[in-house]
Amino acid sequence: MTAQDIHDKLKAAFGDAVQEAKLDAMQPWIRIAPNRTAEVCAWLHDQPEMKLDYLMCLSGMDYNNGKLGVVYHLSSIEHKHKIVLKTECPKDDPHVLTVSGVWGTANWHEREAYDMYGIIFDGHPDLRRLLMPDDWDGHPLRKDYKVQEFYHGMKVPY
Amino acid sequence: MIEFWNSLPPLVQSIALAVPPLVFIILYALVVLYMEMKVAAHIQDRVAYMRTGWHGVLQPIADMVKLLLKEDIIPSAVDKVFFRVAPYVVFAGTYAAFAVLPFSSAYIGADLNLGVFFLVAISSLVVVGILMAGWASNNKWALLGGVRSAAQMISYEIPTALAIVVAAMITGSLNLQEVTKFQDGGILNWVVFGGPLPLMQKLLLLPFTLVTFFILFVAGIAEVNRTPFDLPEAESELVQGFNTEYSGMRFAMFYLAEYANLFLVSAVAVTLFLGGWSSPFGEFMSGPVWGIFWFVVKAMFFVFMQIWIRWTLPRLRVDQLMYISWKVLTPWLFACILGVGFVLVI
Amino acid sequence: MIEAKTLPTNYVTKPGAIKSSSGKTLRTEEMIVNMGPQHPSTHGVLRLEIIIDGEIINDVIPHIGYLHRCFEKHAEHMTNYQQVIPYADRMDYCSAITNEWAFALAAERMLKIEVPERVEYIRVIMAELQRIASHLIAVGTYGIDAGAFTPFLYCFIDREKILDLFEMTCGARLLYNYVWIGGLSHDLPPKFVEQTKEFCTYFRPRIKMINDLLTYNEIFVKRTANVGVLPKDVAINYAASGPMLRGSGINWDLRRDDPYSVYDKLEWEPQIGKGEVGAVGDCWDRHIVRMREMEQSLNIIEQALAKLPEGNVQAALPKRIRPDKDAEVYVRTETPRGELGFYVVSDGTASPFRVKARGPAFVNLSVLPEISRGAMLADLVLIAGSVDIVLGEVDR
Repeated sequence: MTAQDIHDKLKAAFGDAVQEAKLDAMQPWIRIAPNRTAEVCAWLHDQPEMKLDYLMCLSGMDYNNGKLGVVYHLSSIEHKHKIVLKTECPKDDPHVLTVSGVWGTANWHEREAYDMYGIIFDGHPDLRRLLMPDDWDGHPLRKDYKVQEFYHGMKVPY
Repeated sequence: MIEFWNSLPPLVQSIALAVPPLVFIILYALVVLYMEMKVAAHIQDRVAYMRTGWHGVLQPIADMVKLLLKEDIIPSAVDKVFFRVAPYVVFAGTYAAFAVLPFSSAYIGADLNLGVFFLVAISSLVVVGILMAGWASNNKWALLGGVRSAAQMISYEIPTALAIVVAAMITGSLNLQEVTKFQDGGILNWVVFGGPLPLMQKLLLLPFTLVTFFILFVAGIAEVNRTPFDLPEAESELVQGFNTEYSGMRFAMFYLAEYANLFLVSAVAVTLFLGGWSSPFGEFMSGPVWGIFWFVVKAMFFVFMQIWIRWTLPRLRVDQLMYISWKVLTPWLFACILGVGFVLVI
Repeated sequence: MIEAKTLPTNYVTKPGAIKSSSGKTLRTEEMIVNMGPQHPSTHGVLRLEIIIDGEIINDVIPHIGYLHRCFEKHAEHMTNYQQVIPYADRMDYCSAITNEWAFALAAERMLKIEVPERVEYIRVIMAELQRIASHLIAVGTYGIDAGAFTPFLYCFIDREKILDLFEMTCGARLLYNYVWIGGLSHDLPPKFVEQTKEFCTYFRPRIKMINDLLTYNEIFVKRTANVGVLPKDVAINYAASGPMLRGSGINWDLRRDDPYSVYDKLEWEPQIGKGEVGAVGDCWDRHIVRMREMEQSLNIIEQALAKLPEGNVQAALPKRIRPDKDAEVYVRTETPRGELGFYVVSDGTASPFRVKARGPAFVNLSVLPEISRGAMLADLVLIAGSVDIVLGEVDR
């Protein structure tokens, strides 16, 4: 299926959850609402003609304009097609619905996005920091991140 | 000479008789350390120990000196008494069993009529020592290792004892010196080839004795906690098993005990099945002094086999280990006992 | 709003009130054992918090991040896309060429550069040599996990020969900085082709030797058969890739199914686990997939050496690497561990705006709790070994 087909079917099924799309890019993407991600992804996972059952990558993003985002790269083992989904949320109240119920691999990817960007995934079973120590301050990959001066008495920047 | 010996009080006599095995164990430990490292290295297509002395022969001495000079680290939360006592208990269990090994026709530490029985019983002391070490270390991994090791050693004492029963049935005695004298006279008199019995009986006994010897050897490796049965000290899982918290000389005691156990197990197999100190050529190269030579050479050959097997095979899991002991080795040995008994009676 | 959990307070003395890091309350017969960051067999600094009931594992909670070196943050501050390549090297240090290649591919796709054919073939040869070297580490250390110390030494003898080939080409044994955006840093030295052919003839019988010593050894088979079975649907759901995925019987290899470079011009077969000694997807299947992949890599190398065209390896190196604003691409390649993906976003400047490295070991490790519930403690070491993790890639 081409990206145009996927976009049309998605629009038909979910209407206003699909916000924007850029289908002529090198890797076409579709933006969806942050509070409808689980529904949309479950639909894409279960639909027999889509069967997007392989979540290749889930990345957090800081768009540097007051918005954080999540980018999902999906593919299908059976049909061998790919699609990119994006969501955006405001930096001061970043909530995105979790997709860890759809793909088990999203569990760790979302924990990393939370750790690095501070995006809260509503409904995640175990949202803790993954790479940084549990009591670290701040979210390192944000564009406005300032590293903390001391951690447990050790000077951090060197 | 003999009057001087008889004039000494019995206590001094016993101590004097106990010293040669200790000296032997220490010298042997140096040799087997070197042998293990070199054999391992050549199996793994590399050389080890080339610098200290010619091809590294002085390395074991260097290792010993290093261990003696190491700081004695005792973690603060261990059980004060058991942590210190455990290595000595383990070593004592092995060392005491050396008392009944017939090194030659002229020397045996204690000529017990129940030699074999004493052997099996006293080497169970090692289990107590290992449990002590595992528990006293205040470390979950050490505890797991100690408990696994205890379970393993207790399980494998059954095949060992049953195999010894087969040998005792053929030779008719539990006294190790008697057993060796029974097999004197050349390689065909050895129990593993059926013992000094008429040809027909020998041929019928042959499959049973070969199988029994093989099982005794395997059970012996398991008793010593060597790969493929070295789960209790599996370096890649439990760090070092029950040894984890030990360092320096205490660690060296455990290793001394393990190497002594290697020799003990080989020596028992050799005494019961392969003729002990008797020469394979009958009259040629036999006598009290040659006896020591043959005994040590035969036992060292099996020590070499154990080292060879250690560096070739992977290790078994605990439940597979238990399965082999209880469901494979023991039934086969029961069959062998029945078979040997049947052949001896008819 | 969900608060992030602070450091867990584990050892409360009230019976039944011990909590694991993931918040589960333990029953009284359960015990938390820590296979700590320093451990002879966790293949790096990985902490496994194991909740065991006797010898049976009830849960495994991996703790990672001990080797986090902020690759993604570094990449955003590089003054040049080429400067990211040495950092990408150091992610999966056992298989560096494939990391560099993945990132170079991403940049090349964004810039729409076509590399010369000689470069493609050399990249394929290097990547397949790297695949063999990485699988030798995996197989050797897997033998050590199982207790067989000797195959490790044999594997490393062969690996030394491969590292000699690399050293001859680019001067480094482990971290090469060889695959550059648009080409390579050096051309092949004069003796490379014949020495590689020698290596191929030398190595083929060695695979059989390692198989005889380790793979088909009865004890090893008993240890790894039916252990850590990864069912097909779980594998796809958890986005496992590489030998983890193929060991479960799924015929998916990125070199064939999402082709890049000249793999479609070479003849080779992806290897799949068929459950020859136990269930499909057990540890033995993953191991045999790796052994057979090494043989296939030899085939690829020999074909590529035969077809190697002439040319300049630095013809397409761009002077300024400045992709379009809003150019973004996700590129995935087949590394020895699985699917390494780079999601690179550009904002029109000379430094990347965002680089996300999707490490295969990171994703494969997340499936460890699923496949080790109910296994024995001694099996956990073998299961973790069969995932073939390199912490540099897990933590980046």
